[in-house]
Amino acid sequence: MAELVQQLINGLTLGGIYALIALGYTMVYGIIQLINFAHGDILMVAAYVAFFAITVLKVGVVPALVLAVVFCALLGVAIERIAYKPLRQAPRLAALITAIGVSLFLENGGLWLLGTDFRSFPPGTVNNYTYTLLGGTVRITSMQLLILALTLLVMVILQYIVHYTKVGKAMRAVAYDKEAAALMGINVDSVVSVTFALGSAFAAVAGVLWGLYYNTVHPLMGLMPGLKAFVAAVIGGIGIIPGAMAGGFFLGIIEALVSGYGSSELRDPVVFILLILVLLFRPAGLLGKDTVEKV
Amino acid sequence: MLALKDVHVYYGAIHALKGVTLEVKEGEIVTLLGANGAGKSTTLKAISALLQPRSGEIIFDGCRLHRVSAQEVVRMGISHVPEGRRIFANLTVLENLELGAYLRRDRREVASALDEVWRHFPRLKERQKQLAGTLSGGEQQMLAIGRALMMRPRLLLLDEPSMGLAPLLVKEIFSIIQEINRRGTTILLVEQNVHSALQVAHRGYVLETGRIVLAGSAEELSGSEEVKKAYLGG
Ligand SMILES: Nc1ncnc2c1ncn2[C@@H]1O[C@H](COP(=O)(O)OP(=O)(O)OP(=O)(O)O)[C@@H](O)[C@H]1O
Ligand SMILES: [Mg+2]
Repeated sequence: MAELVQQLINGLTLGGIYALIALGYTMVYGIIQLINFAHGDILMVAAYVAFFAITVLKVGVVPALVLAVVFCALLGVAIERIAYKPLRQAPRLAALITAIGVSLFLENGGLWLLGTDFRSFPPGTVNNYTYTLLGGTVRITSMQLLILALTLLVMVILQYIVHYTKVGKAMRAVAYDKEAAALMGINVDSVVSVTFALGSAFAAVAGVLWGLYYNTVHPLMGLMPGLKAFVAAVIGGIGIIPGAMAGGFFLGIIEALVSGYGSSELRDPVVFILLILVLLFRPAGLLGKDTVEKV
Repeated sequence: MLALKDVHVYYGAIHALKGVTLEVKEGEIVTLLGANGAGKSTTLKAISALLQPRSGEIIFDGCRLHRVSAQEVVRMGISHVPEGRRIFANLTVLENLELGAYLRRDRREVASALDEVWRHFPRLKERQKQLAGTLSGGEQQMLAIGRALMMRPRLLLLDEPSMGLAPLLVKEIFSIIQEINRRGTTILLVEQNVHSALQVAHRGYVLETGRIVLAGSAEELSGSEEVKKAYLGG
């Protein structure tokens, strides 16, 4: 029992990060039907921005996080404007290949600029307390609590934006029908930019949390979480916001259970087998059937 | 109010409008008739800047609409109800209408525009929380028109509003169009339902493969042998 609760806590923590990243994949897909393969690398950039903010500028974690979020939101918008926007009318494959190119650019640019070293945050960057529950058998760290709290906060903010604000309604309209949205006077390009900004900001939150949680930053650190979050978005139903959230948590929990009860070597194969099963039996994703909502 | 002068529009190599010239005066209902593929929708899209003409002029209120964005056209007072309704099925009725007023900042103006839409379409008010995709075809058309009215346009472009509707509903839609016009909105109406269109319109144009081939008052067009032969079945 205690073991199960422990694995669920670990799974929710990991899943929360996957969900944050998956949101960006799914929002961008919902609005321009592009799998943004460079999305995972945004996470790496965010972790480095936070790392240098903390080690060089000597700021605290919160300003570092804010800096990373702002930087990555702008980077996301810039990538869309420079690399994807000129291809909006082109075949989808062209944009997809470009996305892979942007990803390679960010990864190799990172390796060239920062080297292949793994770097760690200075000790005491976050106060890491461990709390025990259920009579000392279950442990939860303050870092895990922070991750869960931030993840939930981001999700609530996103739901609010999408459902109750003007730009959120415009996002749903653009996702559904760009031409009709333009007839409402909606500037489709701005809405696409906002979508990239939001998605990249969420990935930045995830990247900083990831870096702090595992206490490493590395130019290729975005690869695996990016890929996993993409799987999570597909499992939940790509293009569906609640699907990305559910898919992220689902994947995190599965990974924790497989590592906890099976072995951690089985973890990645299980994830990709799951992906194949979902693609075979529910290609629209677990939440993809009755939900009309895109974005 | 609106004038097109020798407008040419291409889709890649396809020459869809081959010099369209027409005029709509303040307060009128003008209908644009023509067979499938004649270029009626293309004409409306050129006016609302979804398409940019390769040559020719579109003039609204004395301003040339040259390289303007769709957003600017809406802001100038032209709203376009596209062919096939194109409502946002994944949003509620009310959200669709709110998006119609996207460029309005004043909440009171939005509220009063909304009241006006409810007055034209009481059925929509009852269904305001419903997803637009669950509305019937007629209700969706009403929503599409209502959404365009949220900007209180001075010129309303309607692309086949009677498409796919039962005869009774067609009558209702056309009487609403007349009512909207009576309240001061100028209308450019594209229709395949020539009979009904000529009943409500003041004037009309007939478009054939990208060219205006006939123009005149509604009576003249109703009486014209060509129109009768081509569209009125005798
Ligand atoms: N997106 C497009 N790409 C290429 N050709 C197009 C496109 N849209 C329209 N056309 C062509 O332009 C011509 C005019 O089309 P348009 O849609 O304006 O006709 P329409 O009069 O509105 O017809 P309908 O009554 O069927 O709606 C047609 O020959 C059509 O095939
Ligand atoms: Mg048409």
